[in-house]
Amino acid sequence: MWPYAIRRVLGAVPTLFIIIALTFFMMHIAPGGPFDAQRHLPPEIEHNVRAAYNLDKPVWEQFAIYLGNLLHGDLGPSYKNHDFTVTQLIEVGLPVSARLGLSAIILAVVLGISLGTVAALHQNKATDYGVMGLAMIGITIPTFVTAPVLALVFGIYGLHFFGFDFFLPAGGWNGGAFANMILPVTVLALPQIAIISRLVRGSMVEVLRSNYVRTARAKGLPNHIVIFRHALRAALLPVVSYLGPAIAGLLTGSLIVETIFGIPGIGRYFVEGAINRDYTLVMGVVICYAAFVIVLNLVADILYALLDPRVRFA
Amino acid sequence: MSAPGLTTRNTETIERALDIEGRSLWTDARRRLVRNKAALTSIIVLSIIALMAAFVPFFWPYGYADIDYANIACAPDWWPGTDAACRAGGYHIFGMDQNGRDLFVRVLYGARVSLAVGFVATLVSLLIGVTYGAIAGFVGGRLDELMMRFVDVLYSLPFIFFVIILMVVFNQNFFLLFVAIGAVEWLTMARIVRGQTLSIKQKEFIEAARAAGVGTFANIRHHVIPNVLGPVVVYVTLTIPTVILAESFLSFLGLGIQDPLTSWGVLIADGKDHMETAPWMLVFPALFMAVTLFCFNFIGDGLRDALDPKDR
Amino acid sequence: MAEPILQIRDFNVLFDTHDSEVHAVKNLNFDIGEGECVGIVGESGSGKSQLFLGALGLLTSNGRATGSVKYRGRELLGLPERSLNKVRGSKITMIFQDPLTALTPHMTIGAQMMEALRTHQHVPRAEAEKRCLEILDLVRIPEARNRMGQYPHELSGGMRQRVMIAMATVCGPDLLIADEPTTALDVTVQAQILEIMRDLKKELKTAIVLISHDMGVIAGMADKVQVMRLGEVVEGGSTDEVFYAPKHDYTKALLDAMPRIDRPMRKGHAILQPLSTIGAEKRLLDVEDLKVYFPIKTGGFPVSKVKPLRAVDGVSFSLRQGETLGIVGESGCGKSTLARAVMKLIEKTDGAVVWSGRDLSDLHGPDVRKLRKEFQIVFQDPLASLDPRMTIGESIAEPLVTLRPELTRTQVQDEVRAMMKRVGLEPGWINRYPHEFSGGQNQRVGIARAMIVKPKLIVCDEAVSALDVSIQSQIVDLILNLQSEFGMSMIFISHDLSVVRQVAHRVMVLYLGRIVELADRNSIYEDPRHPYTRALIAAVPVPDPKAERGKQHVTLASELPSPLDSRAQLSFLKSRMIDNPDAEQYRPKLVEVATGHYVAEHDPA
Repeated sequence: MWPYAIRRVLGAVPTLFIIIALTFFMMHIAPGGPFDAQRHLPPEIEHNVRAAYNLDKPVWEQFAIYLGNLLHGDLGPSYKNHDFTVTQLIEVGLPVSARLGLSAIILAVVLGISLGTVAALHQNKATDYGVMGLAMIGITIPTFVTAPVLALVFGIYGLHFFGFDFFLPAGGWNGGAFANMILPVTVLALPQIAIISRLVRGSMVEVLRSNYVRTARAKGLPNHIVIFRHALRAALLPVVSYLGPAIAGLLTGSLIVETIFGIPGIGRYFVEGAINRDYTLVMGVVICYAAFVIVLNLVADILYALLDPRVRFA
Repeated sequence: MSAPGLTTRNTETIERALDIEGRSLWTDARRRLVRNKAALTSIIVLSIIALMAAFVPFFWPYGYADIDYANIACAPDWWPGTDAACRAGGYHIFGMDQNGRDLFVRVLYGARVSLAVGFVATLVSLLIGVTYGAIAGFVGGRLDELMMRFVDVLYSLPFIFFVIILMVVFNQNFFLLFVAIGAVEWLTMARIVRGQTLSIKQKEFIEAARAAGVGTFANIRHHVIPNVLGPVVVYVTLTIPTVILAESFLSFLGLGIQDPLTSWGVLIADGKDHMETAPWMLVFPALFMAVTLFCFNFIGDGLRDALDPKDR
Repeated sequence: MAEPILQIRDFNVLFDTHDSEVHAVKNLNFDIGEGECVGIVGESGSGKSQLFLGALGLLTSNGRATGSVKYRGRELLGLPERSLNKVRGSKITMIFQDPLTALTPHMTIGAQMMEALRTHQHVPRAEAEKRCLEILDLVRIPEARNRMGQYPHELSGGMRQRVMIAMATVCGPDLLIADEPTTALDVTVQAQILEIMRDLKKELKTAIVLISHDMGVIAGMADKVQVMRLGEVVEGGSTDEVFYAPKHDYTKALLDAMPRIDRPMRKGHAILQPLSTIGAEKRLLDVEDLKVYFPIKTGGFPVSKVKPLRAVDGVSFSLRQGETLGIVGESGCGKSTLARAVMKLIEKTDGAVVWSGRDLSDLHGPDVRKLRKEFQIVFQDPLASLDPRMTIGESIAEPLVTLRPELTRTQVQDEVRAMMKRVGLEPGWINRYPHEFSGGQNQRVGIARAMIVKPKLIVCDEAVSALDVSIQSQIVDLILNLQSEFGMSMIFISHDLSVVRQVAHRVMVLYLGRIVELADRNSIYEDPRHPYTRALIAAVPVPDPKAERGKQHVTLASELPSPLDSRAQLSFLKSRMIDNPDAEQYRPKLVEVATGHYVAEHDPA
């Protein structure tokens, strides 16, 4: 397994390089720069500012300088948040985003698998149709609709039952308090729960019809052993393959969720940075996300091989 | 066998007239699709939305950019509750937006943009994906390995970021939106087509055709493409909603289409800002979008079941 | 008579489908006695498998069973899952056809066996492990302790089926139900498995239900036979009665249709024209030292090694006009590769193929295509070899359209209709699609497609192997009749030695890409010289209970070695072997022991 993991990590280096180069050149070749908004700088001051950030040099030289710094772990200064380096900003934002994302993925996997299994075991019965209908809704209603609606319902109006008023914070992070996490994590996880439960249902239905499940039942094993020991593991394989795309989906969702709920994660930096042409900040966030995606994909592949002994680490 | 007086020619004509029409897989699939109530309803609903979006300027009294300053953010007449600040009156059945424009016509104009992006970007991804995947699958060997490695690399890029950067950098060029989203979606299409091509290439009927002297190119055209078509059609119907979502996502972030033109994403973003005072501004665009996505998903599922019938 | 173990009364199995209700098993009545082996024989769709799945509550969710099934007087139908599980897997156990898919892929052999044992008998772990090892020894699995830690995909097909049997016997059942236990296996492996089952019956006194389509397998195993057709038992009785004095027409037809390795022809069916009456002396095809190697990547770090897989490794033969050459051998022996290389459907590595005096090696592109008119191929799976999106008329016309472009549309249509009529298809079906037909009808389409250009050589690659006996017999008749009408040569590839005996003038036995024996059909079946040929022929079961009972069961001791191992081909000539899996080895030469009878060098037995 280890040679495989090492080879995969090494293989990710060119990928990461491509990502960095693409982002860098796309940002720099485009018209407009980070200091265009402040139009009224006197020419010599603007010149000095540009020189301080190496913006007066040819693009490829800027790229070389950036790469050099990157190797030392230096992501450069933020153009817009003058008092911070990008590394500092990410150090603050990453734990927040990571916590949000991981909570959401765990919730999605656990709930998705349970719901999908339940639906498969009641194939073509009311439970099945109910779960799959909900899943369809989860897939078709976008995050940016569920987020404001849930914020409105739980945060502003509140739920009133049994004489209790039930409120959840509709925004802010509050140092990651549980109450503050409920809504954003739910919103982020909803579409993934839906997709995963559909996946699990489909593969479970197929596995339940397989010959080896018939063998297990012919052996007189109790139902729960047939399902959990023989069927579920094989039915989970498509979920593991889907983890890569799921992570990508979560990242996209996190941009929205962090913006709407006002959470100080790196997703919000990215959106702000992109709009403000804060090159270094955008670069930093992209590198961060890409590394995250690569590592999680590797984890997913290893998980797959562990679940299915027929797959070798080749 | 033939009755006296009939020439052989005639018996043959009769024989031909008696030929039994076979049910092709497509005929079967169509029959199954029509029997699928969810898919059929979806097709009808989608057609209605698309037709309304296409013809709304011809039958609706208000234009998408007409501003009625007297009726800013007014509720439709039938809206329940008494707390609405004002009632729009007239034919404003969906109420008015924050600039005093008729929401009904704007939702349908949003449908125009969202559906157009959906179809065009999917077409882009279809063209690139099918060509790329088919070539990789057919030629096979080294080239296949190289081409698919490239796709793998692209897959691990966080693409939505590139789209965002692209949109920022090129000032929300509408045409670019199609290209950018299409360029993201083609990857999966290429993988699907390649996988299908590979599996069909191994089928005995391809070898049978080769034994019958059919050349490579004719083989692709007569045997491979018709057989790959099924899964591709299914994937296309499932890609359209993904693309619509992607567009509205960008519009929501303020990176998509520009005012006064609109899309569902823009409308939902506006609606979100006014949901406490004018909830209809969120409800109608969100409803239209959800229904549309619902329909595409149902059609996709229905097509898959129709083309590949295994009792699910 | 003592009380039966299983008593089946008024038993029915029904399935709800979209269109209607399918009655898969109709009104069955029979008993299974202590220690007795009951054979259930029938073709596909006879309901023979659904019968016991229904009895044990294993039907798919759209199926249901009615009537009565009593195990030692206790009703099983309608029993709640919990109570049923006390019998199922413990007192009555099952083994299935395909041992690869029937074993859970992500659990080790040991875990799957232990779980069966420990669910039903509460024995400590160590004790359970000991029992499993004993049973694995009983089914003759070498290195049983290591096998326990392996996964199903790491074992060969034969080994997997032994594991299935071990798993089914570990609880000491009264009744073992074996559903086509040997159908997916090679004939020599089949013989080993049947031998093991015979021993189990003798040693453990387990009653066995053997479900099979193969009358030969039933003849050698069963004490009683039930013949099923379309869900009904048409005839039942002792094995001897059913085989020697069949009462029902269907049983008679089935027995007549069954090709027998001990007879060159089937009663009342078409026969092979002897070569002398064809009088053809012209040599059509000469194959010299043909080799086809595939590079196989074997694992390794950091760089993987590439080894040649010698699929065909130096095969020479010739074929005369009108002659049929049978090629037999077990899976992986290279018989299909050989035929495809001859037809230039795959590239050869070395050697020469000479067709009517012309070396095909230097033919390319359009020239090859011209040549396709002369030889055609019929495939194993009739449905897979037809494009599902083309009408059968279009499929049949395809070679004609590409190879004889001068024909007009009507001419093509006329030819297609004529050929359809000739192969026994209604010309009016020309616009229908393959999925609307049965396997036998589709195979007729495949034959029509091959015959439409009137080729000089037809390769039948397992062309009748996927078909039911009665259909197989009809297709064999068709092929024989077409040959006497059109006089083409044939290469008939099959793993089924009995069928080959009915259709081939000469027979070639392949073992790991090389010829071990080549002779005319009577010599090879009546006077086999090579130990491998002998084992192969002895392993084929005959639908004749007395002959089967009297048979000395000679089985090959070893498994088929890996074809990547260069020593593999010297399994029968160990005296010349260099003990290194990568070394360049000696290749056994063919020796002519009698006129036209060639045998590969081998160590004396």
